[in-house]
Amino acid sequence: MKHEVFEKNSLILLVGILIAVSIGGLAQIAPLFWIDSTIEKVKGMRPYTPLEQVGRDIYVREGCYGCHSQMIRTLRDEVERYGHYSLAAESMYDHPFQWGSKRTGPDLARVGGKYSDQWQADHLVAPRALVPESIMPGYPWLATTRIDAPSTVERLKTLRLVGVPYSDEMIVNAERDLVAQIDPESRSARDLLQRYPKAKVVRLDNSSTPHPTELEALVAYLQILGQMVDFATFDAAGPNLR
Amino acid sequence: MSKRPELDAVTGVETTGHEWDGIKELNKPLPRWWLNTFYVCILWAVGYWMVYPAWPTLNGYTPGLLGYSQRETLAREAKAATQAQGGLRDLLARTPLADVRNNPELLRFATAGGTSSFQTNCAPCHGRGAQGAVGYPNLNDDDWLWGGSVEDIHKTIEVGIRTEQTNTRLSQMPRFGVDKLLSPEEIAVSAEFVLALSGQAHDAAAAAKGGQIYSEQCAACHGETGKGNSELGSPNLTDRIWLYGGSKPEITESIQTGRGGMMPAWARRLDPVTMKAIAVYVHNLGGGK
Repeated sequence: MKHEVFEKNSLILLVGILIAVSIGGLAQIAPLFWIDSTIEKVKGMRPYTPLEQVGRDIYVREGCYGCHSQMIRTLRDEVERYGHYSLAAESMYDHPFQWGSKRTGPDLARVGGKYSDQWQADHLVAPRALVPESIMPGYPWLATTRIDAPSTVERLKTLRLVGVPYSDEMIVNAERDLVAQIDPESRSARDLLQRYPKAKVVRLDNSSTPHPTELEALVAYLQILGQMVDFATFDAAGPNLR
Repeated sequence: MSKRPELDAVTGVETTGHEWDGIKELNKPLPRWWLNTFYVCILWAVGYWMVYPAWPTLNGYTPGLLGYSQRETLAREAKAATQAQGGLRDLLARTPLADVRNNPELLRFATAGGTSSFQTNCAPCHGRGAQGAVGYPNLNDDDWLWGGSVEDIHKTIEVGIRTEQTNTRLSQMPRFGVDKLLSPEEIAVSAEFVLALSGQAHDAAAAAKGGQIYSEQCAACHGETGKGNSELGSPNLTDRIWLYGGSKPEITESIQTGRGGMMPAWARRLDPVTMKAIAVYVHNLGGGK
């Protein structure tokens, strides 16, 4: 009965518990950092543009994840309805990821490009005007609330701290890029697209200010969801090199 | 070191030898059946490690003897589902769009597939019954902006309207008000003329003035008689079917801003057979030409 020493000394017991739990934890978690398949290497992933990132923060603030998942599972019915199953790489720059576990509304992992920008905007403001059977609440204040532009640089810097590869150039130009994304055909919009390929540069019809609204930020975010990875070059079985 | 286990005087059971404040703990081992089940579970786990993906290696993991993979399972199921369609899918892929209706079985297959794809992809804008909404066309009626033949509908689905695709359906009505191409008075009388075109109550004098502006500015696309042109996606202004409303303020707004809705190019998301099925379904809704 050698465990008497543990039973009679609470500190030794505590240390023993820590060692036992650590072994279990390390065995499950540590390999994820070196196994290649944890996050497959794919072409096309880039950090979010400043406007998309602000939109993502609004998505989190409004609790969209409470009703919408962003995770298409490897099941036939899901793939037929939503498109190619999600890859871990597709949320590699999400902090935190928005996979979710509840679908009161549809999955949004590939909603980008599925509807027009104006539809997304109108639908966010008044869902039942377009989809009468919808139970989604409206978010009309987004259209009239300007986004907090000066905080953008700090947001990007913070994300860089946790590993999102924002370059110095991206950080310096953050506020400019923010406005450029609602200014189609401008020079700054071309620069934005150089830095962030595939970004949707769009100004909504009912937008009257040169300053982006929360609605425009959220639409920019929704329109890039699931659009970055080029699935034409993706091979589910092979090594996928970024 | 090993002592003979001490026996409890009252029960005759061995004690663990631990003593707290004069109380000794009886040594009651786990039931045999429980322990055996536990050992069987451990053995089961060893088998599981060998059969399924389990252990991390230096840069991968042990794939297991069965070679199980969710992705391959999915690919197999998708293939089986395609096979279960008994060749109808291939037949639909081969058959020219206009001939689909001549084969009742194929038409049924295309309509069933088209219905469910329409409900997930198209219904959010066009409505579950394809009844449309303000800014999103009704697909049940005989009025088609870009043509109502099954081929026209198919092309619209494929390339979309005003998308980034190079071959998209593209036209843009000028923003007569926003870009100050017409004065507010000119826009007002033009709206009166459009009211007259569609046989609604209007101010005849204003409409006469508007008619002149119409033939200079609008007739090139909408036609002298206002019947529209599906080559250009310009709507018929005489049929009282309105995408953005037919009241004077709504018509005025349309002249002001030029409108111009956008429909995604579905070739980016859907496979060719699905797009064909949706085209057949939409064409059969009632308005197909």
